[in-house]
Amino acid sequence: MNTILACVDAQGSPMAVCDGATWVATVLGAPLTFLHVLDRHPEKAAQVDFSGQIGLGAQEDLLQELSQLDERRSVLAQEQGRQLLDGARARATTQGSLTVDVRQRHGELVDTLMDLEADTRLIVMGTHEYKAWTTKRHLDHHVERVIRSVKRPVLVIPQTTFVAPSSFAVAYDASATASKLVEALASSPLLKGLSCHLVHVGADSDGMRNEVSRASQVLTHAGWTVQTAIENGEVEEALSRYVAAHRLQLVVMGAYGHSRIRNLIVGSTTTTMLRSSPVPVLVWH
Amino acid sequence: MTLSVRQQWLGNIRGDLLSGLVVALALIPEAIAFSIIAGVDPKVGLYASFSMAVVIAIAGGRPAMISAATGAMALVMVSLIKDHGLQYLLAATLLTGVFQIIAGVFKLGVLMRFVSRSVVTGFVNALAILIFLAQLPELTHVSWHVYAMTAAGLGIIYGLPYITKAVPSPLVCIVVLTAISMMVGLDVRTVGDMGQLPDSLPTFLWPDVPLNLDTLKIIAPYSLTLAVVGLLESMMTASIVDELTDTPSDKSRECVGQGVANLATGLIGGMAGCAMIGQSVINVKSGGRGRLSTFVAGLFLLILVVFLGPWVKQIPMAALVAVMIMVSIGTFSWQSVLKLREHPPSSSIVMIATVVVTVATHDLAKGVFVGVLLSGIFFANKVGRVLRVDSRSEDGGDTRDYTVTGQVFFASAEAFVDGFDFKEVVKQVRIDVSPAHFWDITAVSALDKVVLKFRREGAQVEVLGLNEASATMVDRFGLHDKAGAELPLGH
Repeated sequence: MNTILACVDAQGSPMAVCDGATWVATVLGAPLTFLHVLDRHPEKAAQVDFSGQIGLGAQEDLLQELSQLDERRSVLAQEQGRQLLDGARARATTQGSLTVDVRQRHGELVDTLMDLEADTRLIVMGTHEYKAWTTKRHLDHHVERVIRSVKRPVLVIPQTTFVAPSSFAVAYDASATASKLVEALASSPLLKGLSCHLVHVGADSDGMRNEVSRASQVLTHAGWTVQTAIENGEVEEALSRYVAAHRLQLVVMGAYGHSRIRNLIVGSTTTTMLRSSPVPVLVWH
Repeated sequence: MTLSVRQQWLGNIRGDLLSGLVVALALIPEAIAFSIIAGVDPKVGLYASFSMAVVIAIAGGRPAMISAATGAMALVMVSLIKDHGLQYLLAATLLTGVFQIIAGVFKLGVLMRFVSRSVVTGFVNALAILIFLAQLPELTHVSWHVYAMTAAGLGIIYGLPYITKAVPSPLVCIVVLTAISMMVGLDVRTVGDMGQLPDSLPTFLWPDVPLNLDTLKIIAPYSLTLAVVGLLESMMTASIVDELTDTPSDKSRECVGQGVANLATGLIGGMAGCAMIGQSVINVKSGGRGRLSTFVAGLFLLILVVFLGPWVKQIPMAALVAVMIMVSIGTFSWQSVLKLREHPPSSSIVMIATVVVTVATHDLAKGVFVGVLLSGIFFANKVGRVLRVDSRSEDGGDTRDYTVTGQVFFASAEAFVDGFDFKEVVKQVRIDVSPAHFWDITAVSALDKVVLKFRREGAQVEVLGLNEASATMVDRFGLHDKAGAELPLGH
């Protein structure tokens, strides 16, 4: 069974994720599962004691102390998680008739998603806001790691509310990933019936125009009305401008199509888009 | 749990930096003390601690575990240094590194599963006792000043945490005792009297030994023992840190990491080292969880010693003795002594035997070997007692049904044979072994013996219920079901 997996947690706009997941599940007619991952962060120390000495039974005492501390925090975290999941389930069932399931798992988010990957059709998640030292926002590293490690489409919802989209933009850069993306989109029932904008950000050339029109023909064959555009400037600014100007509600893009070296030097386009997008982004593998 | 490299290094920055500092302060006296135990200049132990900690932080498999020059390794080196000198020690360190890398590559770390909890406890207790005993030379034939200072040092170490837990008490102890001894001008032994301290950053050194088979014959046995002791202590400490932090670790990577660290240590003139239980516990207690804590501990250690060298020379040995006594008390597992009556006698015997052999031979590898051997024998004995042969008479005395329950192997083969009544006259004997297991050739030949004996007495024997595993064993080695089986001679 292929389910839609929605990752909820208190900081990641759970209501928006819930609504987004409900929309996807309703359109695709697939079962929906809300997932909450309890990460105890064992790589961080919760309590410290700088006395630097160990007395009788030091090891056993330390183990006891650390276990009790972990126990208290875990009980609280479990309770909070359960309330979150119940809230999400209630909200989803009022919006339509769906099979909704909830799951709470221990461990780390990316590991858990990889464990559940086989049964998952699409993942919906929100982002955490991090205060960076500079004014430039940092992308939640969870989102980046999930997209890199899990080979399923991911719908990232950075906003606090979600509206079912009626139009969307496809970020097209004529690479192999983008062509695969266009073909996958053409055969998927998810975005049928919405108005489609095929956008390329970069230099305007004949070669590029041919590529763009070829891609748009694939989509037209599949039944979309496609509007193409070639914009100039930096990817994130140009795409955001276009999306705002045409009041689009979703951006679709391929994941990390460029080589690792280019990503290190120039920075990944996917990361940049996810960081600054004003609308939900669907990242397709 | 697959933590990214970034999380392993930077997941707990503040905690790691502070705990690294606390550990470095406690590592200085230990490194000096263990060098003295081994019979080399304190310089050797300090450089070793620096390079072990720094390299293990990068290459090891257990974040937050502290590796440095240790007592267990120092004790093995004593005779090598006495007979052949420092250069042979450095060569032995390099060879130890090679052996440990090989052990890691072949995943020999998994052999730890044969080392039982009692042996681990015995190892830890023996280590604590040996560290304590090594302090005694400093406490004999000395003036009362030394005793007073040691007692005062212990008082500060254990008493200060009741006032404040924000400053490491071993550091305060050392500073206070050094100040007193300098101000009053006491005539006590100081670190400077014990040998050379580092006056510069470490440099690359290739051991000055002839590269021939003789050297290899000299250093190979020491290197093998060092490799085994080092890996044993590191695997055990890794399990302890796993428990405390509730995270898994890669034991094979740790073996390889220890090997690489020892190689690097040998190349800068340090002695072989391994993981330290006491310091790792202090590290976790002080809030260290990532690789940064180990790295910072090694780095701070070197910086403090090189740049505070003149002050370090003035530290009285009494202060070091106090810190080492604290470490030995903290390492000893008092639970094992308190619960000696409650635990099964076989576990206690294994633990005590490990401690006794280790302290007597000053060799942790021998102690663990004896402990593992005893655990194995006790285990075989216990399982061998789980054997029962029941019987029932049928058909008015013409048939006897035997049922065997339990494990039949070398330790229980005799009991198995004794369970049958060969003097009884019966026409038919049925032996149901379905609730039993036959584990080895001894068991199979015991079954052979029983069947053939019954046949010699004229009874018809049927063996039922041999499950797949036992059946395979009997098929390959058993005699009684093969056509033309000769009656065994004199069995």
